Amino acid sequence: MSLWLVLTVNSIAFGGLLFLLSAGFSLIFGLMRIPNLTHGSFFMLGAYFGASFVIWGSAPFWLAAIIGAVLVALLGGLLERFVLRRLAGQNEAQVLVTLGVSFMIADLCLMEWSGDPISVEAPSPLQGVARFGGLIFPTYRIAIILLALIVAVALWALIDGTRLGAMIRAGVDDPQMARICGIRVSTLFTVVFCLGAGLAGFAGMIGSPILSIYPGLDSDMLPLALVVVILGGTGSLLGSLLGSFVVGFLYNFGQALLPELAYFVLFLPMVLILVMRPQGLFGRRAP
Amino acid sequence: MKRVGWAVALIVLAAVPLWVGGSFYVNIVSQILIAAIFALGLDILVGYAGLISLGHAGLFGIAAYTVAILLEHGFGHSVAIIAALGMTLATTMLFAVLALRTTGIGFIMITLALGQLLWGLGYRWIDLTHGDNGVSGTSRPMPFNISLDSADHFYYATLLIFVAVLIGMAILTGSAFGASLRGTRDQPRRMTALGFDVWTIRFIACVMSGLCSAVAGILFFYYNEFISPHALALSASAEVLLMVIAGGSGTLLGPVAGAALVVIMKSVMSAYIERWNFTLGAIFVLIVLFMPEGLVPGSRRLVRFLLAAAKTGRGAAPARSGG
Repeated sequence: MSLWLVLTVNSIAFGGLLFLLSAGFSLIFGLMRIPNLTHGSFFMLGAYFGASFVIWGSAPFWLAAIIGAVLVALLGGLLERFVLRRLAGQNEAQVLVTLGVSFMIADLCLMEWSGDPISVEAPSPLQGVARFGGLIFPTYRIAIILLALIVAVALWALIDGTRLGAMIRAGVDDPQMARICGIRVSTLFTVVFCLGAGLAGFAGMIGSPILSIYPGLDSDMLPLALVVVILGGTGSLLGSLLGSFVVGFLYNFGQALLPELAYFVLFLPMVLILVMRPQGLFGRRAP
Repeated sequence: MKRVGWAVALIVLAAVPLWVGGSFYVNIVSQILIAAIFALGLDILVGYAGLISLGHAGLFGIAAYTVAILLEHGFGHSVAIIAALGMTLATTMLFAVLALRTTGIGFIMITLALGQLLWGLGYRWIDLTHGDNGVSGTSRPMPFNISLDSADHFYYATLLIFVAVLIGMAILTGSAFGASLRGTRDQPRRMTALGFDVWTIRFIACVMSGLCSAVAGILFFYYNEFISPHALALSASAEVLLMVIAGGSGTLLGPVAGAALVVIMKSVMSAYIERWNFTLGAIFVLIVLFMPEGLVPGSRRLVRFLLAAAKTGRGAAPARSGG
């Protein structure tokens, strides 16, 4: 099998993983107007929680991933309710607080799980490879792609088809007008923050068989989420999905073809987009 | 009164090698001064221009790396230092053109991305930077044939540069330019209406800030005789931002106090506290939540409050005894 095909499959799978991470990031950014710099930490925490349940609690992989995601979602809710809310309206202070919290989480993880990387095995039915028409694909990566698509459809149904989704869309478009219409925007903040944190935590566990879990995973993933959301536009699910695949390709092909300039290849499009189209490819211009 | 305070502070600083005892502590004061130069540079943006940068460690790092790499390739100190200043200024100008298209959160994000870009180069461009291993220096410069190898001598050189930067900052912030810079922070639209070119004022502030970062970066390299990508990481940008915000942005004394706080915590307390990053994050969160104006203005306010309370207390006491 050719290198190109492997790279392509890896890129799409990594893009799927990035979508799980950045969909919540994008919604939080769209609604609350701040880049949540603890998002990478949520990803790492979800992975560590899940791995602990699998390794020490011998829980099944998927159950561990879900419990980990719920714990991270609760933590996100607490952060929003008791820290960010105190700074309502001061966006820059909120960004700084999320940065401070991310340092605290990183250090606590280092204390609890030590500096050694932890690797989690993919659930046994998904290990190994699948064959389609003479070509070989790693099964787990295909599973990630499918999972990301399922989550994308579920999120799209939530945002586009339910009352909660309509309220979130209203909050993203015009928070003041949404408040006037009787939507409790501050409750929405908590809901969306929990949802985003939980998705990031879930993504962390799902990613652990291919990325492994190590200190610094948070600061490796956060900039990627940032790039995705800037490429795709804040608050736009379609934007995050496409942005995730673009970043997945840039990251994997960059690492393989131009390892010395891999970060350059990754961040340059982001800088260009920020300069030429600050609202992102699919974002609407902020009012 | 204020001048006396500054003069006393200068004498105390000049006499540091005499009273702190031991090159270990002299070195810590040198580190504080280097960090203070860096923090003062960032304060031009954060405090006076109201633009929060999360990429300043990149500018600091590019200066340090330029000196390190040129020295490694056999160039002299003066060439290396001038090239580092030029390189950093050019990078700063390019970054400023990109980042100044926005303010607020947008500025934070673009500077973060640009900082990560430089970090990525330092980390990955292994032919040039040796990646994670960093670049080592072999010697310090010898201005006027004075060796800077001893801790005391290096300290005096750093102090001289620090005082120059501080005086420069005092002149800058007290000048008409400083006033217009504060104007662009508080009322950009009115400043435009008054005929000021807000963009150019901010651009000049960025360049000044980059210059200070370059000076600090060069000193940092000569102090450690080593530079690695860790100095360019996001945590390094956050650390210098913490110095500015903790000390008090928009003041001259604030960033210096913040630098002293962070460096002392880091090098002295790390003997007792193992979890430096946790402490850094916790201080960051607590200061933003409870003392957003920073320690220096915050404690000034506290002193004023206590003085006022003492005065009214004295005034009220007879009345109470009378009643």
